[in-house]
Amino acid sequence: MSDVPLTKAAEDAAPLAEDLVVLDSVNKHFGALHVLQDINLTIKRGEVVVVIGPSGSGKSTLCRAINRLETIDDGTITIDGEALPEEGRQLARLRADVGMVFQSFNLFAHKTVLQNVMLGPMKVRRRGKEEAEERARKLLDRVGVANQADKYPAQLSGGQQQRVAIARALAMEPKVMLFDEPTSALDPEMINEVLEVMKQLAREGMTMVVVTHEMGFARSAANRVVFMADGRVVEEAEPHQFFDNPKSDRAKDFLSKILHH
Amino acid sequence: MFDFLDLQRYDLFGAFWVTAQLAVFSAIGSLVWGTILAGMRVSPVPLMRVFGTAYVNIVRNTPLTVIILFTSLGLFQTLGIAMGGESFKETNFRLAVLGLTAYTAAFVCEALRSGINTVPVGQAEAARALGLSFTQVLRLVVLPQAFRSVIAPLANVLIALTKNTTVAAAIGVAEAALLMKRMIENEAQVFLIGGIFALGFILLTLPTGLLLGWVSKRVAVKR
Repeated sequence: MSDVPLTKAAEDAAPLAEDLVVLDSVNKHFGALHVLQDINLTIKRGEVVVVIGPSGSGKSTLCRAINRLETIDDGTITIDGEALPEEGRQLARLRADVGMVFQSFNLFAHKTVLQNVMLGPMKVRRRGKEEAEERARKLLDRVGVANQADKYPAQLSGGQQQRVAIARALAMEPKVMLFDEPTSALDPEMINEVLEVMKQLAREGMTMVVVTHEMGFARSAANRVVFMADGRVVEEAEPHQFFDNPKSDRAKDFLSKILHH
Repeated sequence: MFDFLDLQRYDLFGAFWVTAQLAVFSAIGSLVWGTILAGMRVSPVPLMRVFGTAYVNIVRNTPLTVIILFTSLGLFQTLGIAMGGESFKETNFRLAVLGLTAYTAAFVCEALRSGINTVPVGQAEAARALGLSFTQVLRLVVLPQAFRSVIAPLANVLIALTKNTTVAAAIGVAEAALLMKRMIENEAQVFLIGGIFALGFILLTLPTGLLLGWVSKRVAVKR
């Protein structure tokens, strides 16, 4: 795998604020359901935060709210010192700096793997075709699917598709990457190839928010684990502390259900 | 038996040429306008959605004859909009294309909208997450896939359009149906004349259907 810089060069990132993503008293309702209740969360530059919790606890909604795929009812979300705009061009510009990887891959079915990765840089960043292609090929090589570049997404396995989706997000040189259950739709044998790519990203210092059920990944790659239940952040701790010595009853109950079977 | 078919007196090919031109210009117009309408109907701007929905429901439920007559009596004779035509012939032709476009676009829009619904929402979300604007998402990701899945229904719309061009006779455009009316009045050969014109329309529409059926199989998006 070749070495491609993933984060922006140091010179254009001059005075770096410590806090990259800040959620302040964020609330959201789906009808009568209060899915995000007064969420306060700060993600520092270079930090890998893993969000875990039972289904319906609001962790995916939280992840999607960070680039406004879900709107919030009140509170503020700030990315690199800039409040999340309502709609329009500013929002699009901000989204370009936030990479997102979905549970169901969501590759563009009518475009080849290579075109999927080139689309964002060409149409949003206005890069030339050759530059975009060269970078796309390097990124595909990095995630280990360079030999599939000219195939269509439907011809790839789930694990390959998800790695392409990661390359597509990385092509935008994002400040932060959001992973919304990236391995939940994969066959067990394909989960590791995706987790490996994510671990490598984490080692290289990418800021990551990962919603997942992979406790092994949380243990080995996370700087911090955020445990959510019923729309609230119940517990925040370093991985070994959280897994070996959870404080809240809700977390103890959750861990006892998933770790012993 | 075919003595009545005096091509000096009845310009059969000329008339069908006008029919074909009406169909082609209106097809292009309605594909463009219908696509814009479909974009409006899925747009995040409420005003655009309201306009798109109102337009489709009003135009789709108005008889084409009324629309075509309105272009002539309302737009041209009352409001004086001649569409840049230098003669009545030219003006009427352009008004007919306008009316057919306005009418057919409503059906193109609805066919296309059903195609938009076949594109998984996640792909549009992924495109937005990359920082693409609404129009870019539509143009680069959603519409290319939507078009491919609705080529067969669009073929139906285009075939209907080709046959609907006969309504242009109502405002005096010298297309096939107008010539047929004249021939039937002059010659006592209603079945033969009717048969010839029916055959003419089949020759126009059948290849359209076959071609687009083949294209729709070729470009189908694999999922």
